[in-house]
Amino acid sequence: VSSIGEDPEQRLGAEASVGWCEPAIEDELPGLQIALSETRLPGRAVPSGPAPAAVRERLAALSNRFNGSKAINLRRESVPAAYRVFFRHIGLDPDVVRTPIEEAVLERMFDGAFLTRSLLADVLLIALLDTGVPVWALDADTLHGTPGIRMSRQGELGEQDEGGQLVIAAGDAAVWPLFTAPKAPHRPRNGSRRLLLYALQVNGVSWLAVEETLWICRSALEAVA
Amino acid sequence: MSRSEQLSVAPEPLANTVGAEAEAAARQALRRQIAKLERELSQLVAEGFPDIPATCSGAHRRHGPRLLGLAELERERDALVASLGEVSGLAAARAERHRRGRELLAAMQLEPARYKFVRLRAVDVGEAGCGVWRVQPRLGLIGMLAGWWRVTLSSGCPLAKGRVRARPSLHRPASSYGRHLSRPGAARLLSVPRSAHRGRPHRGEHAHERAPLALGHRSDRLLLGHRDLR
Repeated sequence: VSSIGEDPEQRLGAEASVGWCEPAIEDELPGLQIALSETRLPGRAVPSGPAPAAVRERLAALSNRFNGSKAINLRRESVPAAYRVFFRHIGLDPDVVRTPIEEAVLERMFDGAFLTRSLLADVLLIALLDTGVPVWALDADTLHGTPGIRMSRQGELGEQDEGGQLVIAAGDAAVWPLFTAPKAPHRPRNGSRRLLLYALQVNGVSWLAVEETLWICRSALEAVA
Repeated sequence: MSRSEQLSVAPEPLANTVGAEAEAAARQALRRQIAKLERELSQLVAEGFPDIPATCSGAHRRHGPRLLGLAELERERDALVASLGEVSGLAAARAERHRRGRELLAAMQLEPARYKFVRLRAVDVGEAGCGVWRVQPRLGLIGMLAGWWRVTLSSGCPLAKGRVRARPSLHRPASSYGRHLSRPGAARLLSVPRSAHRGRPHRGEHAHERAPLALGHRSDRLLLGHRDLR
């Protein structure tokens, strides 16, 4: 585990590194970390384009692995359970605002399968299902500064926002709440070539699982040629 | 500031520090309690589903993720304790029902003639699957007249999928199939017609003609039918 600096080239080669976190949050929620890993997409890969056959097959294989029984027993497994506990700690009811893995598995129950959406969405979903650790992607070229975790300021998330929400921040303008998808300018587009993947580690989730989720995404995206 | 004034002022920040540390320690203790309660609750729900529903434990909170204060953590802990109490009650009732079911099954097996045509679902004795224990006469009418009764167990759930010809309404691309689950009558789409199970496949029935979705496992259907999950 290493802390990373502002240099994008430093991020590019690293397996996974840790972003910053406000000290007050670190003290209150020990174990919460943002793990980052940067990847460069091969020339033919389009993040919002259709997923290649290998990715779709992997998704189909995962669809067979996740049935109703698995969906219910998921909350007893160590990694999904850790995210449920963390949701309680940050004031979210995991039965109302579902953890990413439970949300994905419940969608599979309703859809009958993990439906393919796009290359990037499918790869992120595969990594989530394999490890239980949620991962998101950012367009690295649109970021000013390394993403980290801090508390929102008043009005930062909208007029109604009183501040104090836990958010991912990358520079002053880019802010979105923890466990939600990144906002529009930083969401990967078709032309995005450099992606910054980030995963959220919480207390009870091993660094190995976090590294694994980032590695799955990186290797799958880099393999698309 | 005189020396006496300094002495009277100095302990105040120290008290604040000690108070803040104590409060932080209390918050950590509450978080540990919440973690323990959440794990116990998850264990009970997973063991007891669908008798124990996977429902929301508290009021719908509209705010996003944030650092909780002492009072909020206490409320969270208390809500979990209440949920756990409720769920434990359901679990105890379920265990009691299983105990009675097992007693009845034992009695049925000992003296089948006393429990003629009694049916007992496997889930009522704490067993998985769709089997049903039944007291039936051996050799039909002859057994009934002769008093030859026995306990049988049905073979369980219907097959998840068969070599069936799908109805035209089931011919949908996989990507659009799930959309119909939210419509009224979607449950009917999930059930394969009874006639479809009969007989061998006809000529021309190929793999691509099978129903595109196989949701045969009981827990799948229970989960889909569970309104509290959405």
